[in-house]
Amino acid sequence: MKTYLYLFVMALTTYLIRILPLTLIRKPIRNQFLRSFLYYVPYVTLAVMTFPAIMTVTQSPIAGAAAMAVGIVSAWCGLGLFPVSLLCCATVFVLEFFLV
Amino acid sequence: MSKNVFLRGLRDGVPIALGYFAVSFGIGISAHSAHLNVFQGFLLSFLNNASSGEYGGITIIASDSGLIAMAAMMLVVNARYLLMSCALSQRLAPDTPLIYRLIIGYDLTDELFGLAIAQPGYLDVWYYIGAMCAAIPGWSIGTVLGVLMGNLMPVWAVSGFSVMLFGMFLAIIIPVGKQNRIVLGCIAVSFFCGWLASVLPLMRGLSEGMRILILTVVLSAAAAILFPHKEDDLVA
Repeated sequence: MKTYLYLFVMALTTYLIRILPLTLIRKPIRNQFLRSFLYYVPYVTLAVMTFPAIMTVTQSPIAGAAAMAVGIVSAWCGLGLFPVSLLCCATVFVLEFFLV
Repeated sequence: MSKNVFLRGLRDGVPIALGYFAVSFGIGISAHSAHLNVFQGFLLSFLNNASSGEYGGITIIASDSGLIAMAAMMLVVNARYLLMSCALSQRLAPDTPLIYRLIIGYDLTDELFGLAIAQPGYLDVWYYIGAMCAAIPGWSIGTVLGVLMGNLMPVWAVSGFSVMLFGMFLAIIIPVGKQNRIVLGCIAVSFFCGWLASVLPLMRGLSEGMRILILTVVLSAAAAILFPHKEDDLVA
């Protein structure tokens, strides 16, 4: 039951963030600090979400770390969203076949 | 008129829906690991339409960190939608009725925002609604299948598919880091601090969700003070 409460709070907060400027504020945010903060948030949060969690969701931390390295290199080389994630997935399958 | 615009939006939304499908499948796997059932997974994605927001929420649910922590997590991780919403409000005809604003705000995502901003002149809300009609099912169905597959697959398979979401996160941030050294520095520092927080005595005791929340606020604020961002690009 608690999970539904969590989902409700999640949806409500997210919806309010999305509609307030569209409905009430209707003015651009000019504050330099706030703009910069909001610019950096996605990169910082996706990075801290990825590492070290990628090493704990796999059965072997080594496979997770290897998937991370493969992901960084393949994304750096310009591969798209789906190919990068498939390579990460394949890395874990192959390594855990031997490690676990 | 409206009908053609709607269909054009629907068509332009299809590639976005296909991309969403893969990411939301990964979200579904994570939701399964946090013991959400299929219906809860559906609600999660149908009501939120946000990848990092949903993953952040899953970490809060998994550790049962409380409703205030959940609201705080959404506020921080989804805060960039404030900027997008502001920017999009400038692109709506001033007499756009409230109900349309409430509808398009429901699915204000990075991808649909990008699509809307690329349209010349005032945004035709029916174009946006058309794109939403493609994007929303792609996102929700992907998550439902992710949870279902999580239930059906053996442990070794879940282990492999769990990293798909992180792979996609990397594929989002690394190319921007390649173009922008400050972002690259932010990413490297974030990885390091994420690891540090998982081993340092005080931080280690916190749940994963709380660590993500604290690190995101502190590191983004530090980056904003040290390297104020001047350009207007909301979506990199």
